Formats: sequence, structure tokens, C-alpha cells
Amino acid sequence: MAIFPLRISGLRFRPNGREVLAGIDLELGDEGITLVLGPNGAGKSVLLRAICGLVEASGGSMAWGDEGARRPEQGVMMVFQRPMMLRASVLYNVALGLKPLGLRADERRRRALAMLERVGLADRAADSARHLSGGEQQRLGLARAWLTKPRLLLLDEPTASLDPSASAEVERIIREIRTDGTRILMVTHNLAQATRLGDDIVFVSGGRVCEHTAVREFFSRPRSEEARLFIQGELPWKMRFQGA
Amino acid sequence: MSVFATTFSDALALLATFDHAVAEIVLLSLQVSGGAVVLGTLIGLPLGACIAVGRFPGKTTLSVLINGLMGLPSVVVGVVVYLLLSRSGPFGSFGLLYTPVAMIIAQTLLVIPLMAAIARQVVEDVWQRYAEELALMRFSWWDSVTTLLYDCRHSLVVAVLAGLGRAMSEVGAVMIVGGNIDRATRVMTTAIALETSKGDLPLAIALGLMLIVIILVLNALAFALRHWAMRRFG
Repeated sequence: MAIFPLRISGLRFRPNGREVLAGIDLELGDEGITLVLGPNGAGKSVLLRAICGLVEASGGSMAWGDEGARRPEQGVMMVFQRPMMLRASVLYNVALGLKPLGLRADERRRRALAMLERVGLADRAADSARHLSGGEQQRLGLARAWLTKPRLLLLDEPTASLDPSASAEVERIIREIRTDGTRILMVTHNLAQATRLGDDIVFVSGGRVCEHTAVREFFSRPRSEEARLFIQGELPWKMRFQGA
Repeated sequence: MSVFATTFSDALALLATFDHAVAEIVLLSLQVSGGAVVLGTLIGLPLGACIAVGRFPGKTTLSVLINGLMGLPSVVVGVVVYLLLSRSGPFGSFGLLYTPVAMIIAQTLLVIPLMAAIARQVVEDVWQRYAEELALMRFSWWDSVTTLLYDCRHSLVVAVLAGLGRAMSEVGAVMIVGGNIDRATRVMTTAIALETSKGDLPLAIALGLMLIVIILVLNALAFALRHWAMRRFG
């Protein structure tokens, strides 16, 4: 079943009466890297969780593919800011992604090793995953997700608190995953990264999509006042001042 | 020399000679308690993990029940197993009463709630952190249980040690279902109780010291293993 285009209409999420998503409208095609930008608490991470079904929306709808399925059977994966690291080897942690597929252990191992080569962790295969650096753990998380060949990969600030060289390596892998045919939706706070990596930008503020445009257009001619202030680094201050 | 000091010196002399009868008692104790802990591990740890991961009505009640059963009086378990295995009981035809197998069954029933309760707590803490990622990877309920048990294996050593401590120090249940028969079902705790009642305090103390040493050695080994594993896997 094709899962694109993904059409999100009026998506709401309101836990305990607090409006986190206040009617998200968004449409995603089947290729490219879309970056989700916005101030803290705007609802970016919750939007990703709602898309992959980890939180149940309070209202609105999501339609997957031309058939408009309410949720995809498979093909959606998410990598968190701090990916799960089991107390086991790097190889075990990557191969874990294939466990539900019912493949033989040697086949899982073969595929996981090949994937570790692609993300530059083959020489660490036997090491404990918990002894990897932050950047290496993020690469492991990406490798585990990539191994399942997702159609849509959701990334929640994968380079947060990484140094520039580790970030660059993670960005290289993200580009490769995209080249491999996976659609990527990624939350970031790094504007320079957005210009390097993204094809288009979804700007979220106050639980709503304020604009969805190409990267160059977003930075040169932001349509919304919130986006303009965010790019100038002033939005958080203004929002606090207004008590928003 | 006081009676206390005399008893201890006699006990140490007995340990130094380590006669055959004492060795038999120690060996049977290890077999019975070891068997119970193995069975308790195979049943109690997955049970605790299933309760931690599962979503079902009555989960809280079951968790409270399991926690409550940690303090199950061993004599009560002994009486229940006695009734089940006695000639007129439902399993009487197997002829297990007053055999080491009956003692293993009784001790297994004692250690399962303890091990399950500890496993539930340990696995639940990890489950709360990993649930979303495992759900996204479309892990089945059972795959999640086995993965979490594997991830928590070093912490679950504590559950196994607690079970071992409970089994080895238990006297009431094995006395009832084993009968404390010489060279058949006599274990260290029942022998200590018997020798004390007979007034042979040096032998009782000697067995008690040996029991303590065995438990300490097993704990030290488990501690060392856990320490190594934590350094190896983080």
C-alpha cells in the first residue's frame, strides 16, 4: 500500500485540556527532506509522535496514500533524540530492528553488519552500544531504523547536543537514507542545518503550521511574522513577553 | 571458656573434619534450593516481565497480589503442598511426598512471587523508557518481554539472589513436605532445627556457618559477575 501523499487536516492533540496541537494542516509528498522548525513547546515532537501513532490525536484526520488509509500498515519509523540502547553489542542493537520480521539469526546478522558498514560503525560492531559516543549512538539509531527500509522516517532532533563533526556524519547518513528512497520529516533547532539538509520547511508555532515553503524562500521571504521573528532569534522572547 | 565459645570451637572442629553425613546434607540442600531457584527463574522472571509489559484488566491487582505473596509464610506453602501431594490429595498418586522433589516444589512456590515481583519492578522501569521504540519496531508482546528480560539480565541477578536466599534459609515448608528424613530429605536448615532440639549445638552451629558461607560465596560470585557485566555492557 502506498503511504504517500500524507494529508493531515486539522490535527489536534489536547492532553489535560492543554492545546499542544491546535489544528495542524500539512501535506507530504513521497520524496525529499522536510524540516520542522519552531520554538520550544510549539508541538513539533508531538506532531511526529502523532504521525507515527504514538499519541492518539484528539481531533482532525490523517489520510495515507491515495486510498486515504487512516493509518499505514507499516513503513513508518522514528528515531528519537536519545535512541534506545540495550545493554548489548552494537551489532545486537542494530539487528534488533529486524527481529519482528522473523528472519533467521544469521541473515539478521548479515544485514546488520552491512548496515554498520554504511554508517561507519562496522569496527565497533562487537563493542557495547552504551559505550558509544552520542554521535555514534545516533548513527546506530539511524542504522536500526534504516535497516527496516521505512518509507517515511521521522527524526526528532537527531543532532541535538552533538559536536559539528558528529553532526556532519549524521547529516551524511540522513542524505544517504533519503537517496535510498526514504521520505524524511525531521525536527531541528539548527537553522544552518536546515539550509544544508532540507528541501522544504514546515514552521510550527503554537500548535499550528504557520507556513510550509521551500528552504530558500523560508529564509529569504518568510511569510508569517512568527517565522520572521524566529529566524531573527526573537520569537521566544516575544512569546514570553506576551504570555503566549 | 564460655558455652558460646566452646560451641563455636567445637563447630569449627567439626567443619575441619567435614564428615560424609554433613557433606550429604549440604549437597542435598544445594540440589533442592538450586532446583527451586532454576524453576523460579524460568517461571518467576517471565511472569514478572509479562505483568510489567502487559495491558490487561486487573494488572494493578495482580501486581499488588504478587508483591503481597513475597512474604508468604513458608509453613502455609508447606501445608498446601502437603495436602496436594499426600496420598488422599490430587497428586497423591505420584508418590512425591517426603521426597526432594516435593521440597523443590514447595520452595519453587515460595520463590516465584519474590522473583516475579522484583522482575516486574525492574522490567517496568525499563519498559517505560523503551515502550515507544519497541512499539514502532512492531515488536509483539512476547518479543518485548524477551528483549526486556535480556536487557535487564544484570539487574535481574538480584531477583535470582533473593530467590536463592529465600530458598536456602527456608525451613518450614521443607520440614513439612520433606519430613527431615536422614539421608533422604534432610537439608541444612532442617538439620539445624533438629540438632538444636537434640542439644547438639556444635553440629547445628557448624551447619549454620556452612549455610552462611555458601550464601556469601554465591552472592560474591553474582556480585562479581554483575560488576563485570555492567562494565562490559554499561
